Amino acid sequence: MQMFIALIAGLLFGAGLTISQMVNPDKVLNFLDVAGQWDPSLILVMGSALVVFGLGYHFLVKPRSKPLIADQFFIPTNKIIDKPLIIGAILFGLGWGLVGICPGPAVSNLLGGNAKIFGFVIAMLAGMQFSGTIDRLLKKS
Amino acid sequence: MTEFTPWTALAGGTVLGLGALILLLLNGRIAGISGIVSGALDVSDPNARWRWMFIAGLIIGPLLAAPFGTYLPERIDAGWPLIIAGGLLVGVGTRLGSGCTSGHGICGIGRLSPRSIVATATFMLVAVVVVFIVRHLTGV
Repeated sequence: MQMFIALIAGLLFGAGLTISQMVNPDKVLNFLDVAGQWDPSLILVMGSALVVFGLGYHFLVKPRSKPLIADQFFIPTNKIIDKPLIIGAILFGLGWGLVGICPGPAVSNLLGGNAKIFGFVIAMLAGMQFSGTIDRLLKKS
Repeated sequence: MTEFTPWTALAGGTVLGLGALILLLLNGRIAGISGIVSGALDVSDPNARWRWMFIAGLIIGPLLAAPFGTYLPERIDAGWPLIIAGGLLVGVGTRLGSGCTSGHGICGIGRLSPRSIVATATFMLVAVVVVFIVRHLTGV
């Protein structure tokens, strides 16, 4: 059952990214281009997703000690704003600003068969593998 | 240029939010795509299975958007060097920073997590500055 729910959640995510056109890098870049012909659509996407998730979290998830069909919640409890968080967010922002693609839309675009998307995903996976090394270097410094 | 599309933005965002909510409410898991994708690569982890199911949904999901008249983009404008550099930066940055637009931007802010609020503000600001430099200062 948990496998089925994971599939449904993924389907909703992929559908939502496409309906909202966040799979289109132009749409994302035009949101980030506040000094150009600004397209504010991304704000409404994030805003509506936040309202649904935030209300659901507050009223349905938070009062529960465990999820409906699993044994426990896996929710991050770390509250420390550390160097890896900030440096990671800066590096991600650089990449996102350069091409307008973040991990969700990258994966959801695979079905389109565009070679550049496959290239992006492979580079992203390589970067993910490489991140452990940088994390260790940061902890040493 | 792209048109402002408020209705499909609101509809898509609502569907996204629902996806994130059911994964947490039923399975107890956070819908952070960067975490799910990198976690799926470790096939020795028993959690790799549900992650692959989520990824399968994420790949097929765009087909369900057709009734809204929205589809995947036909072309990607960025050149190959940018695609590779961007992919590497996004991969390293999301792991190092423990999340991306979904995990921090939706699930984290939705829980009012201070780390996610700081991370999201940081990557948004950096991305805005990058786009400003690329489009308005270098004249590309």
